Amino acid sequence: MSECVIPTLTSSEVVQSKSVLPAGWKADLSNLKGLDLTQAVLELLRRTTSRLPQDVIDALVKGRDAEEEGSRAFNTLNDMVKNILLADGHVTPLCQDTGTVIFWVRHPYGLSQVAVKKQIREAVKLATQNVYLRPNCVEALSGKNSGNNMDPFHEGHPVVHFEEWDKPGIEVAVMLKGGGCENVGAQYRLPDAALGAGRDLKGVRKCVIDAVVKAQGQGCSPGILGVAIGGDRVTSYEKSKEVILRKLGSKNPVPAMDAFEKEMVSDLNTLGIGPMGYGGNTTVLGVLAEEMFRHPASFYVSISYMCWSSRRLVMKIDANGEVSFD
Amino acid sequence: MIRLTTPITEDQIRQLKVGDEVLLNGRVVLSRDMGHKFMKEQKPEWLKPILENMVIYHCGPVVKKHEDGHYSFVAAGPTTSIREEPYQADVIDTYKVRGVIGKGGMGKKTSEGLQKTGAVYLHATGGAGSLLAERVKRVVDVKMLEEFGSPEAFWIIEVEDFPLVVTMDSHGGSLHELVAQQSQERAKALMA
Repeated sequence: MSECVIPTLTSSEVVQSKSVLPAGWKADLSNLKGLDLTQAVLELLRRTTSRLPQDVIDALVKGRDAEEEGSRAFNTLNDMVKNILLADGHVTPLCQDTGTVIFWVRHPYGLSQVAVKKQIREAVKLATQNVYLRPNCVEALSGKNSGNNMDPFHEGHPVVHFEEWDKPGIEVAVMLKGGGCENVGAQYRLPDAALGAGRDLKGVRKCVIDAVVKAQGQGCSPGILGVAIGGDRVTSYEKSKEVILRKLGSKNPVPAMDAFEKEMVSDLNTLGIGPMGYGGNTTVLGVLAEEMFRHPASFYVSISYMCWSSRRLVMKIDANGEVSFD
Repeated sequence: MIRLTTPITEDQIRQLKVGDEVLLNGRVVLSRDMGHKFMKEQKPEWLKPILENMVIYHCGPVVKKHEDGHYSFVAAGPTTSIREEPYQADVIDTYKVRGVIGKGGMGKKTSEGLQKTGAVYLHATGGAGSLLAERVKRVVDVKMLEEFGSPEAFWIIEVEDFPLVVTMDSHGGSLHELVAQQSQERAKALMA
């Protein structure tokens, strides 16, 4: 019944014309103390909430076209594509769950993290007022909503990771991580007797399969899996999110991991869970894995499940202050 | 394709089977975690006329408040339903709800509730926030907005041709149970 939609997002010129940044805005990196990124981060959020990355769209379309035309899996993937076009055209959130807002900021020496954090927080408040983001930050026990996406206790939300690097430019990556898919993430400690999973790549593979079967359609499949092997409980989970920033279809620089990712995708897509758990051949869009160090006594496998609506974007400010989004 | 308009009778619901595609019209009431806990624990009387023979939607929308005070939905896809598993069957029974819209499916207790009261679980496409918001024609009213906050409030809306699939019916059928079983078997083979 569903008409097969060919996805074409609005052109970069149109996106640019709707920007909240003044035309020709450049960051003055010669004056890091006076730099204000508030509007640039607001623009980053505007784009992230309404436009999916092209690699994710391509993976969804590839999945749809591999399903039998007219099947529930096909129609569901086609509805996802329609939704992508609507949100892009209207510049409205792709999904009502605009997620936990997570930033990764990489910056040169001399930029104040205190100042940038303030600017990011202001941008998130503005994005909430502009209805790019749903107020998604509530007190843990009472459930009381702060209304503006600010953590009512400390500065835990939005989440901001900083890293100073040895380059002149600035990168701000953002991920909108929905609650449904966050809930189906999992952490394993190997060996796992119940799974028969030992401390090797075969054991890791079993963890990934187990997590996807347990998730069924509840994380809004087809999902994208971030897999961290090693680390401690915290760094492992953190890494499993960060790897989801990588583009689908890009090569893992470690050949063994690249082969593992490809094998996992084809195995997981034989599970028959399908889009939204309705059954079908498209259960995952990608697996992104990274090996880390570990303590000799610990072997963690952490899996973050990202829904099909994988909203992530990187804002790059080059040495000349030119801003681009990728 | 089956067109249904709320309020819905038990007889209409009993005819629905797993796999049926439904276009829903009429009033729908949004409720999720706080609302379900509240309904099960406090059973407020004032919700009875609002919910009888109606459909509950597990959804925390993105809402725009316009200058004249009226609201519209900007994004309104389903949230994961299984979190309401401890409450759903009681809510259906107390308020004689005929349908529950959500995503991801629900468990055994809810399935038993659907069979007992005569109700169905209707699946909407998760993440399709824009697409589904387009089918919301009007925000009629909102209850407990101050107390629960916007994502958790009881929003009462009118929908037009809201696209759904019956994935749990009033006869014990569940597409979710079927897919789970098949995928578990396949996983066993993959891990062997």
